[in-house]
Amino acid sequence: METAAKPIIEVEGLSAAYEERTILDNITFTVGRGEVFVILGGSGCGKSTLLKHLIGLYQPASGRVFIDGEDLAAAWGKARKALLGKIGVMYQHGALFGSMTLLENLCLPLEEFTDLPEPARRLIAAMNLSLVGLADYHHHYPAEISGGMRKRAAIARAMVLGPQILFLDEPSAGLDPVTSAEMDELILRLAGSLGITFVIVSHELPSINTIADRVIMLDKDSKSIIASGTPQQLAHSNIPKVRRFFARQAGNG
Amino acid sequence: MSRTTEPAATLTVDDSRSGLLLFTISGHLDLTGAAALWKPAGELIEKHRPQRLQLDASGIDYCDGTGIGLLVELERRMRLAGGTFELRGLREEFTRLHEQFDLDSLVELPSSRPEPCCLPEATGMAVVKTWQALKTLIYFIGELTVALMAALKRPQSVRWRDVWLIAEKAGVDALPIVALLSFLVGLIMAFQAAIPMRQFGTEIYVANLIGLATLRELGPLMTAIILAGRSASAFAAEIGTMKVNEEIDALTTMGLEPVPFLVVTRVLAALFVTPLLTLFANLLGLAGGSVVLLSLNYPLVTYLNQVRSAVGFGDCLGGLAKSLVFGIIIAAIGCMQGLRTGTGASAVGDAATRAVVSGIVLIVIGDGVFSVLYYYLGI
Repeated sequence: METAAKPIIEVEGLSAAYEERTILDNITFTVGRGEVFVILGGSGCGKSTLLKHLIGLYQPASGRVFIDGEDLAAAWGKARKALLGKIGVMYQHGALFGSMTLLENLCLPLEEFTDLPEPARRLIAAMNLSLVGLADYHHHYPAEISGGMRKRAAIARAMVLGPQILFLDEPSAGLDPVTSAEMDELILRLAGSLGITFVIVSHELPSINTIADRVIMLDKDSKSIIASGTPQQLAHSNIPKVRRFFARQAGNG
Repeated sequence: MSRTTEPAATLTVDDSRSGLLLFTISGHLDLTGAAALWKPAGELIEKHRPQRLQLDASGIDYCDGTGIGLLVELERRMRLAGGTFELRGLREEFTRLHEQFDLDSLVELPSSRPEPCCLPEATGMAVVKTWQALKTLIYFIGELTVALMAALKRPQSVRWRDVWLIAEKAGVDALPIVALLSFLVGLIMAFQAAIPMRQFGTEIYVANLIGLATLRELGPLMTAIILAGRSASAFAAEIGTMKVNEEIDALTTMGLEPVPFLVVTRVLAALFVTPLLTLFANLLGLAGGSVVLLSLNYPLVTYLNQVRSAVGFGDCLGGLAKSLVFGIIIAAIGCMQGLRTGTGASAVGDAATRAVVSGIVLIVIGDGVFSVLYYYLGI
């Protein structure tokens, strides 16, 4: 953990609302470079909303989000594009383009954002696919592979431009324990060897315990962060809601 | 020694010894750095064709996936040329990343799409596909007939609320476009016919032409084609999206068969609205023709009497009977294509396109069959 250095993500007093309904109220936190940071919480507590604010899909009702020191909401044109180049996102269901093969899905960002020659793009796409264990699936269409594979392919696509931060929306949700464990390994491997910062939305406790450096827990009622720390610290928290969450999940697991 | 300098990464070359090429890469080997060195490095290898390539990587201070990609590319090129590649001094964390790639699987670059199949294979596949589509069609017709019969026997089993809602969307909402097109077609046809007929002083017979053509052919046909474009595509897209979202599977597992639940309601709605829209289109078509005759100074009553003398009740009924069949075709084809949707967003688009195209083709074929039938029946 390198939290001592300047954080790569800073969230200051972020509030989010859908029309009249407030989802997140005055949230502040930072994510350090190289950290595996997990946003935790029950369903409907605004985890995915928070993620969409972090990646600049939604404009905050108030507050600001800084990525590498720059305000994402205020950046326009080239500055915004450069800023978005620093992040990669894996959406909950992969969001791979259905009309393209996996290799084409990965080649697309390379084609749009780099000057690499065509064979080089294919090589890098193939390498990223082999990194997530999909070396034999270059020519498959997203519809032809399983949900877990789709998620891995989506991670590969998010990684292909060499981002500094990877945002993963529920990477292990809906996966069997073995595939889920493989996903955790993959995240740890990427964090270790590429030094990428991970921001992960999840509520899968076993996975969080394995991968997370730091966790924040969002609460539906207070619409804010009720706990933050390492997974171990949260498991022994004094706050009943947090303890209940961990105890219930551990019971399930 | 030559030097290629880029803002992010640097490549230094030593080609003083024969058969050996020495590369020194240093700096930030990320996407920008690797992209900048990719071409020059490849060109240098092409130029010198070394037996050995030594890469001193000790000066690389950052290396991501693309950077490793460059190293893999150099090794790949050397292997393909039958030479050897030595990598020296790469920092441990990058070596770990480098080791995660299986170079053997990357020597042959994959094409981005599967190789297209040869002509016999493509023909065979097309035949099998057509045969499967035909089987689906037969199966679907059977299933729909059974479901419609069941609905006739037990009308209370039909979800009438859905039927009226669909009838409103496919019928009432289509009134403006049907009105506009029918009126204009009637007007244009009358106008085009009036010019030559006027030379013979027979322009009053424009009324006969408009009356017969509209009631027997154009009214039902135009309405059906508009509905195929408007509603068959909507049915296909809606049911197709439900299929993609596994909603059809959910219905099936709930014990609600998609054909009675989704298709029968749409077919009944189309059966109900298509003749009504056709009647409306007939009226507007006649109105369009009347404008031309009015402009030629014939009073409206003359036009109406002429139409009445030219067309009988049978012509109108014949047209409406056709429209009933067209209605079934439009709804059934739209729903069938929706149910046949594959997976993914583009499959829904394909289903909608197929629904419109095959709908229109079947309508025109059906119209031809009716023409022959009416001829022999003397209608």
